[in-house]
Amino acid sequence: MATQEVEFAQVSFTVEGGRQLLSDISLTVEAGTTTALLGRSGSGKTTLLRTVNALVRPTSGRVLVGGQDVAEADVIALRRGIGYVIQEAGLFPHMSVERNVGMALELAGKPKTEIAARAAEMLRWVGLPEDVAKRQPWQLSGGQRQRVGLARALASDPKVLLMDEPFGALDPLTRAEIRAMVRELLEVAVKTTLIVTHDLDEALYLADRVVLLEAGRIVADLAAGDVLESTNDAMRAYVAATWRGDAA
Amino acid sequence: MREFLHQYGAQIARLTFEHVWLTASAMLFAAAIGLPLGILLTRKQGLARPVLAVANVLQTIPSLALFGLLLPVPFLGDRAARLAIVALTGYALLPILRNTYTGIRGVDPVLVDVSNALGMSDLQRLVKVELPLAASVILAGLRTATVTCVGVATIAAAVGAGGLGELIFRGVASVDNGLVLAGAIPAALLALCADGVLGLVEKRLAVRR
Repeated sequence: MATQEVEFAQVSFTVEGGRQLLSDISLTVEAGTTTALLGRSGSGKTTLLRTVNALVRPTSGRVLVGGQDVAEADVIALRRGIGYVIQEAGLFPHMSVERNVGMALELAGKPKTEIAARAAEMLRWVGLPEDVAKRQPWQLSGGQRQRVGLARALASDPKVLLMDEPFGALDPLTRAEIRAMVRELLEVAVKTTLIVTHDLDEALYLADRVVLLEAGRIVADLAAGDVLESTNDAMRAYVAATWRGDAA
Repeated sequence: MREFLHQYGAQIARLTFEHVWLTASAMLFAAAIGLPLGILLTRKQGLARPVLAVANVLQTIPSLALFGLLLPVPFLGDRAARLAIVALTGYALLPILRNTYTGIRGVDPVLVDVSNALGMSDLQRLVKVELPLAASVILAGLRTATVTCVGVATIAAAVGAGGLGELIFRGVASVDNGLVLAGAIPAALLALCADGVLGLVEKRLAVRR
């Protein structure tokens, strides 16, 4: 039986004022798979993602990571085991690229030489030249910054990887390059990955499974290969509205 | 001019030293209170409004009145310098407190999120991310406070705490403009120097994005 790395059990989230962002979400993500959370802006996909590393605490229901309830976990230890990649990377502007990439190790109290070596290794992994390590984030292009963000998320070798619109701020060409790199990375380093996107093409390119959200509910949950032929109304509507053919 | 300096030079030097001492002591106290308190306010949001309001009111009390009001306070009233330092600390507090608070609050929430997601403790986030990114704003507060302090410290002479205000008050009393300038010019130069030096440090601390 495959292990269930991330599990959502009847997760709901209501903000102050009563607006419900997530309604009764139940979903099991098996270890080593990549699941795309697809949906339009405001569908709750980012909020759902952020319950996994406890940046959002559900109002009701449970989120389990590696079988442990997030609500009961030591939140710092939990987060150190989860990689988090966001749009525009969110690099620390006052730190060198190397320090950004090595931050997870720095927090774990690893010696400087080990951190530098790991950072260099990670930068190679994401296809950046060695001399980037000593630069500051402002000296990099958007694509390079996003690669650094990815390197930072992977440096502690987390089991779970969360990606929130990781390619959203990039031009189409850079986007395609980095997407291809991510796909390769995920094939080599097996992670349980959740990726939030509104881009169907991206979801199909990267994920094994596509979960469609609408107004805080799961309206479709399909293997990636079944999406285009799906008879599910919501998915058919999403495909019809956004699919422009196999661009990948 | 030469004669004037000959007559007052030693006095100007001594009073300048006193002035610097009053200002520096007050700044030290204000920073020791304002920085941690400002940080605390970012952690306890509910306290921020009332505490900043109190500091704001403190700032609006006319300095001469504040010195006068503190005069009968036991312990403080005993020594003029002690009283002056306490009053100056009060004036320096608001800019330091406010800039520390707004500087930290002004850190990009995305970076706060990322810090948390990386598994930073509150203290690690403060030291590694928030303080370095807020540093130039915090320093701007220290700079404003210092310049204010140098200015207000001239009033301290009114309660006998010394400083360059002494020359100004004596000059005013004896209608001697030379004496007024002998106090005012060094005081202005002190303020400009402090402003310039701290301005340079502030620039160095600014983070390029």
